[in-house]
Amino acid sequence: MFHPGGVHGARHIAQSLHHVKNAIRGTCSSKLLMQQKAAAAVAVESKKGTVTPPPTGPAPTAPAAPNSVEVYIDDKMVMVEPGTTVLQAAALAGVEIPRFCYHDRLSIAGNCRMCLVEVEKSVKPVASCAMPVMKGMRVKTNSPMTRKAREGVMEFLLMNHPLDCPICDQGGECDLQDQSMMFGSDRSRFTDIKFDGKRAVEDKNIGPLIKTIMNRCIHCTRCIRFGSEVAGVDDLGTTGRGNEMQVGTYVEKLFASELSGNVIDLCPVGALTSKPYAFTYRPWELRKHESVDVMDGLGSAILVNSRGGEIIRILPRVHEGINEEWISDKTRFVYDGLKRQRLTQPMLKNSQGLLEPVDWEDALSGIAARINRVPGQEMAALVGGLCDVEALTALKDLMNRLGCETLCTEESFPMNAAGTDLRSNYLLNTKITGVEEADLVLLIGTNIRFEAPVLNARIRKAYLHNNLRIASIGERVDLRYETDFLGDSVHVLAQLADGDHKYSEILSKAKKPMIIVGSSSLQHGDGTAVLANAIVLADSLRSKMSSNGDESDWKVLNVLHRHANQVGALDLGYKAGPSAIKQMQPKVLFMMGADDGVVQRRDLAGDAFVIYQGHHGDKGAEMADAVLPGAAYTEKYATYVNTEGRAQRGNVAVTPPGMAREDWKILRALSEFVRGSSVLPYDSLDEVRKRLAEIAPHLTRYGQVEDANYFRQSKDLVWNAARPGHSGQTLPAQQRELEDFYMTNTISRASRTMAKCVTAARHQKSTRYGL
Amino acid sequence: MLRNASRLHACLNGSTSPIASTGCLQEGLVAVRHQATQAATPPKDAKPQKTKFGPLKDQDRIFTNLYGRHDWKLKGAMARGDWYKTKEILLKGHEWILSEVKKSGLRGRGGAGFPSGMKWSFMNKPSDGRPKYLVVNADEGEPGTCKDREIMRHDPHKLVEGCLIAGRAMHARAAYIYIRGEFYNEAVNLQIAVNEAYKAGLIGENACGSGYDFDVFVFRGAGAYICGEETALIESLEGKQGKPRLKPPFPADIGVFGCPTTVANVETVAVAPAICRRGGDWFHSFGRERNSGTKLFCISGHVNTPVTVEEEMSIPLKELIERHAGGVIGGWDNLLGIIPGGSSVPVLPKSICETVLMDFDALQAVQSGLGTAAIIVMNKQADIIKCIARLSEFYKHESCGQCTPCREGCGWLNKIMWRFVEGNARPEEIDMIWELSKQIEGHTICALGDAAAWPVQGLIRHFRPVIEERMAQFAAKNKKTASEKKGTDRVAIAQ
Repeated sequence: MFHPGGVHGARHIAQSLHHVKNAIRGTCSSKLLMQQKAAAAVAVESKKGTVTPPPTGPAPTAPAAPNSVEVYIDDKMVMVEPGTTVLQAAALAGVEIPRFCYHDRLSIAGNCRMCLVEVEKSVKPVASCAMPVMKGMRVKTNSPMTRKAREGVMEFLLMNHPLDCPICDQGGECDLQDQSMMFGSDRSRFTDIKFDGKRAVEDKNIGPLIKTIMNRCIHCTRCIRFGSEVAGVDDLGTTGRGNEMQVGTYVEKLFASELSGNVIDLCPVGALTSKPYAFTYRPWELRKHESVDVMDGLGSAILVNSRGGEIIRILPRVHEGINEEWISDKTRFVYDGLKRQRLTQPMLKNSQGLLEPVDWEDALSGIAARINRVPGQEMAALVGGLCDVEALTALKDLMNRLGCETLCTEESFPMNAAGTDLRSNYLLNTKITGVEEADLVLLIGTNIRFEAPVLNARIRKAYLHNNLRIASIGERVDLRYETDFLGDSVHVLAQLADGDHKYSEILSKAKKPMIIVGSSSLQHGDGTAVLANAIVLADSLRSKMSSNGDESDWKVLNVLHRHANQVGALDLGYKAGPSAIKQMQPKVLFMMGADDGVVQRRDLAGDAFVIYQGHHGDKGAEMADAVLPGAAYTEKYATYVNTEGRAQRGNVAVTPPGMAREDWKILRALSEFVRGSSVLPYDSLDEVRKRLAEIAPHLTRYGQVEDANYFRQSKDLVWNAARPGHSGQTLPAQQRELEDFYMTNTISRASRTMAKCVTAARHQKSTRYGL
Repeated sequence: MLRNASRLHACLNGSTSPIASTGCLQEGLVAVRHQATQAATPPKDAKPQKTKFGPLKDQDRIFTNLYGRHDWKLKGAMARGDWYKTKEILLKGHEWILSEVKKSGLRGRGGAGFPSGMKWSFMNKPSDGRPKYLVVNADEGEPGTCKDREIMRHDPHKLVEGCLIAGRAMHARAAYIYIRGEFYNEAVNLQIAVNEAYKAGLIGENACGSGYDFDVFVFRGAGAYICGEETALIESLEGKQGKPRLKPPFPADIGVFGCPTTVANVETVAVAPAICRRGGDWFHSFGRERNSGTKLFCISGHVNTPVTVEEEMSIPLKELIERHAGGVIGGWDNLLGIIPGGSSVPVLPKSICETVLMDFDALQAVQSGLGTAAIIVMNKQADIIKCIARLSEFYKHESCGQCTPCREGCGWLNKIMWRFVEGNARPEEIDMIWELSKQIEGHTICALGDAAAWPVQGLIRHFRPVIEERMAQFAAKNKKTASEKKGTDRVAIAQ
């Protein structure tokens, strides 16, 4: 039915699998499933036309699923939960029903009418996406009535759909194209003697990311539903009636959402396509590489599309544990930043103090000459949030061999009590999926909408469907759902920890509370107090839960990091924050991907030698004496640990530009040049990863979350120490408005598309419609 | 009334001026078909069957101020018997009211003809804490229909009292009367009646002293035909775009503001007090089995005296027109066809009109429907193709655009129909348009798709030769002009 190799085909298969999982989850045991399969097989064997005997009761060995009902899809029996739709039941039976408007992560609209099927005893065909199953229902997905209905709908859809396919960017991954091959006629019955043509609709300008060709719209309203349900932005809607109905933004304005790009994937036709990708390539011309996103701390699953050594576009992959199937606009559109501002060759400062391109051997020997003069105790290393685990390991091994123990991350973290010694203190312990189970979320000092857009979408989903209640402490920001605003400083949190705030009672009644502490609030002056009080509060909520007889090991405390591999760096034993460096004033500073400018020249010894290794010319390279060009995340095999503590692998999509190399390889090469027996003992990626497993086994258990579990000890350490005081200043949000969202790291700062987004967001704010 | 008549007259004479009419798609016309199949078998107990229906005696009329000759306010209404012993009716309880309505055999007057007693009893599920609502569909917009407006401007207390009694039968907390925006004067009168009833303690807290609290709200629509569809009406009432909802869930489970709701037509609600007062059996004595009661018929088009009249159900169509509407202009033999139930139902040719009875089942049997009982008469001076084309244009204009077959199909039908008016088409296209109408019918969310398809189907069913003849004429004319043109060209070349 669909292009077998196409992205959409894959997505549909994934969706079907999702349905299967959904239907099985909770009610059916695997035994029952097998029994169902057996029963289905029997049903298939029984001759068509004869009445299939009612299903016999479950065998004594298999427990009956509480209230599943039997449904016959083309005479094949399936057992499904009541409330399942016919379309989902058909997916269970392995029958794919064509659809346009239905999407399993959006509400049901039932307006495309493509999924009409015949149901026995019903005069009219029914819309299978909206019709709940009934006991004993017999659905015919391939009867003459069903086929006729589909063909009719297809004819109507094509009637006003322009013949744009040859110039349409959706070509090759278009649902309408695919399904018209299946159900469409090869000729038109439409006679238009007056030649007033097909419906013509003005294109809308909804921002620098999404190109609209509204003639192609089939009014499935997926984009509208995405906007109002997932993104929480009601910018999109319909105006007009009948044949003149238009999908648009009512007034000409930006589709002001950090998740807007997802409507490009949702659009079943080419009405909404990607502006940066426009007219570049056909989908089948692209090579696809599964990878991991590094734009925030979540590590969303992405599919990098490349062609001829260039990244053409980035699409999401389905990952139920992290991003479902959404990605943020930064993740999707940042790729043009990978082509600009790149470091492509090694550089050394010449006698005039200017950086000068040199070849690798000169660069490494020049660096080694400076390093060899300095004892290890006077060296330090500083790493940024985009560095992968392999590079961090190589750097740490190398520096340790040189006698240097001062390895820090740019991101700081309170070091009182257990600090980063206990993993439970710095992970998102309940995992991202915990949001779906939670009944109360307390956000502390985070604008989660921009720090982790996809996680925020999940919170919004739980807010809509599970009655999740959300409270917030810190600067007031618009999260696109209602929150109980408790206060803007750590003072409220301290009161909550002591149990003498009016909200304490509501908190303590929560069955599964989640506290999410934004990493930026921990870097604030009151950061230590934030963490200490959060730990105390989380512990008291945990003990209340267990005293209420809750046996589940529900972890309350969560820290949300903003950088892709901050957790990986902390897991490897990097010190959080540059304070140690500032104290010791090192003579050699090795900066790897450190571009946030937290350490300046004035923090170092007067004649300090600064080495910068990384992929973009930004603040780090600016202050360096030697530059080593590294690879960006799409150019290396690399491991990243997300904020949950989940290790994930990224893959090479394109080769690094110019003379740039994978980071661990540069460090391995450098180790040949430096003094003594510093040569790193690994020559291949596998050997590096073996070394990773030695340091911390979870770093190579890809895709899994390594739990942390020393909450009680952590709390005791806080308890035994004096509770830190606080200034009571507002916990500021680092990214306050949409315009702050787009440029947060060295790649996005180099991206033209992101710059356009910032301009568009600023401009929108200045119009009378606002954001 | 006059406005409607003149409007339709314009339509029938093929005026191309756009009709600013909007209106009401009465509840699920598809259900008509379903009901009729059930009704096909006559009851077994051989009661002496009534064979003559109509004319209705004056003492059996429910709407005694249909023509506005008397005072429509509370005083006049009470003089005509409204609000008489309403308290006693309420105190008999909802079971009693429901049983009387069921006994009466009342079927919904909005078009679909669903048995009202059964519909109202769907609301009597045990309460889950949500309030229940009665919504009165006063968005009368079906072209040709002008019955509800007569009730609302001349007998509004019948409706207000009906709301109270129907509301009591279904445990409703309040009634919302969704009145069509264009009905300005009707809305004013209705609001005055509601205010009077509140003031007199007939509705509101402790309505009529029965201990039952019941509110009535009048809500003015903004003039879209689709808002007469019950779920679109609910959406509109909630302040959203009037676009029909998917069913299930039905309004009786999730209706207005997420609460159990019953949507009923003005006439259905307004006859409820009379049924309760005079008994279900009285109402049941009119009309044929399963089609009982009295009914307001709106007769317009090419008749001498267009009129809205209350008559007995099952009265023969011919008698109805001759007796009340002064006959067809130019005499009965000058009749071409009749649309018997508002613009949505298929047209009937004269041969059928001679004998057909005006009730749900009889019209169903001749592949049309009673609909809203709006009889549109066309005599031989009317261009039947143009009349139906005008209806197609109406449905194209009023389609909400939500679902594909209706959005795209109505426009397509309209395009073809106007070519048929000229005759600028091939005879094969008649079969094609038939097939297209079948691709719309039954494939849409609401019944507007069906309503758009049926007039076209009716036309083709009964007037196919007319369409073919028109095509032949056009072809002949064009051939002639083409050859003439060719001839002149040749002359030009020769010169």
